[in-house]
Amino acid sequence: MNQLGSDIGAGCPSGLAPSEAPIMSDPSAFVRRVDGQNRLSLTVRGAKCGACINRIESAVNALPGIETARLNLSTGDLEIGWRGSLKAPRIVSAVSALGYGVSPRDDDRSVSDEQREERGLLIALGVAGFATANIMLLSVSVWAGIGEMGETTRTVLHGISGIIALPAIIFSGRVFFKSAWSVLKHGHANMDVPISLALIIAFCVSVSETLRGGEQAYFDASVMLLFFLLIGRFLDARVRRKAHSSARDLAAMAHRTVMRVDPDGKARSVRASDIAVGDRILLAPGERAVVDMRITQGESDIDESLVTGESLTRSAGPGMHLLAGAVNLSQPLTGTALAAASDSLLADIARMLDAGEQRRSTYRRIADRAVSLYVPFVHTSALLAFIGWLLAGMGVNEALLIGVSTLIITCPCALALAAPVTQVVAAGRLFRSGTFLKSGDALERIAQCDYIIFDKTGTLTLGTPQLSGNIPPEALEAAARLARASRHPLSRAIVDAAGTGPLASDVREFAGLGLEGTVQGKPARLGSSEWVGADGSSGERSSLWFSQEGEPPVRFQFEDHVLDDAAVTIGRLHSAGYGMEIVSGDRAETVARVAQTLGINHWSAAASPRDKVKRLEQLEAEGHRVLMVGDGLNDAGALALAHASLAPGGAMDISQSASDAVYSKGLSALPRLICVAKQARKVMLENFAFAAAYNLVAVPVAITGHATPLVAAIAMSASSILVSLNALRLNAMRENL
Amino acid sequence: MSGLLFLIPIALGMGLVGLVAFLWAARSGQFDDPDGAANRILVDEDRPLPTNGEKDSAE
Repeated sequence: MNQLGSDIGAGCPSGLAPSEAPIMSDPSAFVRRVDGQNRLSLTVRGAKCGACINRIESAVNALPGIETARLNLSTGDLEIGWRGSLKAPRIVSAVSALGYGVSPRDDDRSVSDEQREERGLLIALGVAGFATANIMLLSVSVWAGIGEMGETTRTVLHGISGIIALPAIIFSGRVFFKSAWSVLKHGHANMDVPISLALIIAFCVSVSETLRGGEQAYFDASVMLLFFLLIGRFLDARVRRKAHSSARDLAAMAHRTVMRVDPDGKARSVRASDIAVGDRILLAPGERAVVDMRITQGESDIDESLVTGESLTRSAGPGMHLLAGAVNLSQPLTGTALAAASDSLLADIARMLDAGEQRRSTYRRIADRAVSLYVPFVHTSALLAFIGWLLAGMGVNEALLIGVSTLIITCPCALALAAPVTQVVAAGRLFRSGTFLKSGDALERIAQCDYIIFDKTGTLTLGTPQLSGNIPPEALEAAARLARASRHPLSRAIVDAAGTGPLASDVREFAGLGLEGTVQGKPARLGSSEWVGADGSSGERSSLWFSQEGEPPVRFQFEDHVLDDAAVTIGRLHSAGYGMEIVSGDRAETVARVAQTLGINHWSAAASPRDKVKRLEQLEAEGHRVLMVGDGLNDAGALALAHASLAPGGAMDISQSASDAVYSKGLSALPRLICVAKQARKVMLENFAFAAAYNLVAVPVAITGHATPLVAAIAMSASSILVSLNALRLNAMRENL
Repeated sequence: MSGLLFLIPIALGMGLVGLVAFLWAARSGQFDDPDGAANRILVDEDRPLPTNGEKDSAE
């Protein structure tokens, strides 16, 4: 019961992520044995800074027998290896006692596909960079030696360039060739088709020029093109990987383990996916239900705030249904599984997430639209240049050279960098203010939204009850001595108000009733009005009574406070012309009060996850682009299906992964995010406009035959640098929403 | 001109050494956790020296 020591200074000391309540689950089913060593892979949530690495690794290393413990801060993976009799739950509790969320992970996902893709692109980029630098070294001497250098020397230098370029183009160009081939097979064309064509034709023409001893070889231009394009691809892949994919986080949830009571009466830790309908399950205090179940034995309080949005706890007893995602607070519960993990509410929400992801993948990014205009333009201008010069009586070789130079110089270095560089700069700026962007095109979608739906609990309010009204300090301190022993949210609210201090002796907790113990030698009780014998209306769940022998009972009242900055933020969004609405799963009177305080006219209460999605679809049908802001499990479906979505840092992991961005440090992050998204969209459009203008100049130059390798090299690098510099301007822009 | 015969191979060789080092670093996972690497420099791995007769109690 003693959780007190761990609550002090829990979680990431930088304040970037909130601490998580220790929720226990037994990961023994995930321990692997490799060469006599036990290995366990855990996913740690909430570790954001260097001090977290130190705390987590030294806490694990202090356990007996640990040989390796290494935390990857970028992905949150903690790899542990040990020998001896150490039990896996002790490792998990060592980390979760520090205030971090921990769940076990299957090993085959230690290197994700995204990570592998990013590493492949990095290596391709390195090879292209090496080739570019070395060919440029030789090309500069060719350009500088015009008029003086003999034909043999020039041909030798071109030959060496070709030898360097060939493997580089084959190795690094695979990225583009593969993608171009896969769409060509289906009769479509994407940006990679003209890129591949430019690379291959430029290389072949340069080889024939070198063999003929000609002056112009485009080896440098083709590898430079490759290098710049790969920078864009790499940045894009990195932004995407930082978005922890929903699938990965959901799987981590489903990988939680469950204590199953076997027919022989023994409790055994098994994977959630192994649970079948009818299995007996033991739910320990502090544990989250992974499957829907019916309680057969035990009385306890349960916290369903993340499932239904209901901010107060309710008591649970035999015969009641418990939904997946609910947390058991006080006493152990036994129940039968009503559904396998794949049929539970969690799986339902997973299906909604899938649907949302599919809908998002059909979103056409600005970059995609620019490319579809661009591809035919590049092809036709290059082809026309070739045919035109041929008809004008030029030799095939010369005409082909001009066609190739047109293809190369119009190729989309600036276009390929325009969007990813802007996204990286905008994501960096948001990160510094405590907002994590999860995908690049999220910025575009957020900028388009005109209507905002808020969840109430945890989004507009603190999400946890707070003590309100005046309480005599002696009574508060006495009640806190009892409350410190309990995990009940109302008890935690009393402890928050009273601070740290001693614990009463022999405290006992009675589910649905309250606590009993001895404070300063006198028996005392904290709980419902019936429990302490006070005359208050029974069944009132937002207050507690405290009584001590020989003294009148004291009433503690609780309220879920509206966030400090919510009113100001809502006002700013109102004046910026956004429509707003609250859709909550909580009771009507609570929702109405919050809506009134904040001046939001439209609200609905007692909404199920399906109701939320329905309201969303209704609004979209009316032509609105909806931004959804929510934190609970009941919001996850709506978050995934909305045009764009946000979740606060304290949100449930599924909701975080279903949304486009996660913000911390209060609701004021919302106008900032919208403002940065709009600015990023503007900069991106400027960049595309610049790329188009560049082509308007470059195409006539190339078609008239003036695009020598030197001109191509200067034009390509200058346009790429200009686009990047323009994106950097985002850092200096002011907020104006 | 004969200078080119050994200068160009030297230049390419130096570039290759850099490329091989880069490939090794990327393959062995040096770039997998850029955030962690940046923060690990701040992790203080030193423990206070044990004073006379006492056991190290840094943990």
